[in-house]
Amino acid sequence: MEIPLSWYLSLSGVLFSIGVMGVLFRSNLIIILMSVELMLNAVNLTLVAFSQYMGDVSGQILVFFVMSVAAAEAAIGLAIVIAIYRNKLTVDINNINLFKH
Amino acid sequence: MFAETLFLGASLIAIIAAVGMLVSRSPVRSALWLILTLVVIAGLYLTLQADFIAVVQVLVYAGAIMVLFLFVIMLLNLGDMPDLEQVDFKKGLGFVLGVAVLTLLTFIGTTAAVDFPAHTADPGPTGTASVIAQSLFTQYALPFEMIGILLLLATVGAVMLAKRKFE
Repeated sequence: MEIPLSWYLSLSGVLFSIGVMGVLFRSNLIIILMSVELMLNAVNLTLVAFSQYMGDVSGQILVFFVMSVAAAEAAIGLAIVIAIYRNKLTVDINNINLFKH
Repeated sequence: MFAETLFLGASLIAIIAAVGMLVSRSPVRSALWLILTLVVIAGLYLTLQADFIAVVQVLVYAGAIMVLFLFVIMLLNLGDMPDLEQVDFKKGLGFVLGVAVLTLLTFIGTTAAVDFPAHTADPGPTGTASVIAQSLFTQYALPFEMIGILLLLATVGAVMLAKRKFE
């Protein structure tokens, strides 16, 4: 375990930024949800790295909870996507502007 | 030396796959790139001796969640998005904000005092299933039960949302 902690943090930061870019400039609703999953994974990597370097198991428990919440989020988010698709026949966020009018 | 090479190779694959997820025009390709990223991250968990989390990552993320995504993509029969060709103001702003987040995180990561006594005393196994279960079922028993209730509510809510008839 001779890899410095900062390497893990840098990789996590890069992955998180890619997730942010995905949320900001893709217009497909499903790809936006996948980018959110990528951001959650980047944070999980940080938590596991800190947990290992501090010798404390609590970080990995938190990762476990984050994964459960991510599963719940994916289920609800995809159900909403299906409901919107049945209503408007699109998953492009540029065409979903129900609250704009 | 071997560990560094392994880490650099794995992180290179992870970043390439994440960028592939970002720029793919077909949603199915995006999902497959994301699965590659998640599997590589599971491998990085193994290098951190977090065995249990690595296995759960492959089972839950790469297995269950991404299969759910692929299932929905195929259910909706989504074609390629005619996307990423035109660069408009929104995409430029998104790129600038993403780079800003990256610089912020890099700045914090390099300047913050993260000098933990990494290799001094071996803390013993921290990532095996028995160690995690020991903590999960004693100290974190109540949050564990609440997560169970949350998952039940999410299941019920997903079914309600998906079968509701909109006018």
